[in-house]
Amino acid sequence: MKRVDQRAWLFLIPALVVLSLNAFIPLMTVVNYSVQDILPGLGAVWVGFDNFENVLRDPSFRGALTRQLGFSALILLIQVPLGILVALGMPKKGWPATAALVTIGLPLLIPWNVVGIIWRVFTRSDIGIVPFLFDRFGYVYNIANSPADAYWTVVMMDVWHWTPLIALLAYSGLNAIPDAFYQAARIDGATRWRTFWVVTLPRLRNVLTIGILLRFMDSFRIYIEISLLTGGGPGRTTAFVSDLLVNRAVGGFEFGYAAALSLIYFFIIIVISYLFFLVLTNVGTSSQMQGGDA
Amino acid sequence: MRRVFTPRNVLMAVYLIFLAAPLLWMLSMSFKPNAEILETRALFPQTPTLENYAEIFTQPAWRESFVNSLIYVAMNVVITLIVAIPAAYAFSRYTFRGDRHLFFWLLTNRMAPGAVFLLPFFQLYSNIGLFDTHLAVALAHTLFSVPLAIWILEGFMSGIPMEIDETAYVDGYSFPRFFYRIFMPLIGPGIGVAAFFSFLFSWVELLFARTLTSTAAKPIVVQLSRSLGAEGWDWGVIAAAGVLMIVPGALLIYFVRDYLAKGFALGRV
Repeated sequence: MKRVDQRAWLFLIPALVVLSLNAFIPLMTVVNYSVQDILPGLGAVWVGFDNFENVLRDPSFRGALTRQLGFSALILLIQVPLGILVALGMPKKGWPATAALVTIGLPLLIPWNVVGIIWRVFTRSDIGIVPFLFDRFGYVYNIANSPADAYWTVVMMDVWHWTPLIALLAYSGLNAIPDAFYQAARIDGATRWRTFWVVTLPRLRNVLTIGILLRFMDSFRIYIEISLLTGGGPGRTTAFVSDLLVNRAVGGFEFGYAAALSLIYFFIIIVISYLFFLVLTNVGTSSQMQGGDA
Repeated sequence: MRRVFTPRNVLMAVYLIFLAAPLLWMLSMSFKPNAEILETRALFPQTPTLENYAEIFTQPAWRESFVNSLIYVAMNVVITLIVAIPAAYAFSRYTFRGDRHLFFWLLTNRMAPGAVFLLPFFQLYSNIGLFDTHLAVALAHTLFSVPLAIWILEGFMSGIPMEIDETAYVDGYSFPRFFYRIFMPLIGPGIGVAAFFSFLFSWVELLFARTLTSTAAKPIVVQLSRSLGAEGWDWGVIAAAGVLMIVPGALLIYFVRDYLAKGFALGRV
């Protein structure tokens, strides 16, 4: 049994010191920006909540947020099931397991700007292999003109880039499930499908919780890859929240607006992530099959 | 008789092709001259060249930035483990006020939207005199690595029965001696996996690394975006650098393969 002891906080001091330096101080600076109108070279004026109001009334913010939420939902719906399927299919022992682990991990090791560049070359109408293959099937693929092509290419790039993270986490989670659980299910005559739902999935809850939270949070930060692949276009099809932020903060020098937008963005992700966190850490905890601490 | 075309095998084959295609394309690009990249779409280089690699190995800027990246990533891994191991121990052994919410708070730090937080980070690290040092990047990256490392380590630690702690005290071990001599070796696999994930996010992170450095600690990811020639991107060199950047990470996966394959369930935070 775990002991109740408030002195446990002492063990957390080093982590809290390091994170506070990085988390609190910059956050407070951003809060400070958000209530001012900042004119580079001319100083700043206190404007209260004007910036927040401007963001919330801004149609480009609503557009970017809607596209972002759709994108985040879509990549989670693809990456999580696909990652689990890949993990189930990976070999468990010997050199095939080593080869599979190293291969699956490769996309994660490539810098994000290189990811964007590779996909750009891969899909450019004049030199890319993807348009060439689509052409064979009689479909004219053009990432620069067709919003649908651009959107799905960005989704596929993200699936390519990040499904390995879910797969690696799920693979480790799967291998931690004792064989006894599967034997018990077999003795009970459970089908494979039922075994998956009742034995496997609940035992993957923890790794999937962190996987889903990481992917959800990081999906809001996607910027470099897309800016190199499509530049947010055509139109604003693939311009998500980070694109708007960069445009306003770096391009337009609207620091007050960008800071207010960041805080609203922060708030939205925290609320949604917290809901995920509550649901994922509570679901199935009362079920009998849970058995012991995961 | 085992069937070859099971749904599982077909799915894995399709996924592997999808996974490998861009990687092979990058590998092939790294052996092509720029003109060939921009004019043809041959899978294999028609006039294979080592020029792209030669440029990386002969120019000191590339070598230095590669070493810079390795230095701050290593520092990040060390700092992450030093602060995350005690924290994970607290989560795995004790119940205390706010433990569950504290963990969620730790994770929310990852969300700091780059574009706007960069300026405050720049100001902060300039003020404390760490701008353009490896330490600055290593510290900034703890934002991503520490929360994940705590969660991973907590999972491994919770798998070690508390009786081990108690037996050690009965045997007269002091806490530091118990922790170092008995507990740390037991959670070795967890330390390996946590180090791997810390490496992963620090190695490829671009925004903070670019903001917090100029010349002395310039990382390879930044060197990459600077290889913008007069006529646009130096595609071949970028592809070669991408290939080379995979190497350290692939080695690391190789070293922690058994821990990943043995499995971990992660903590019940």
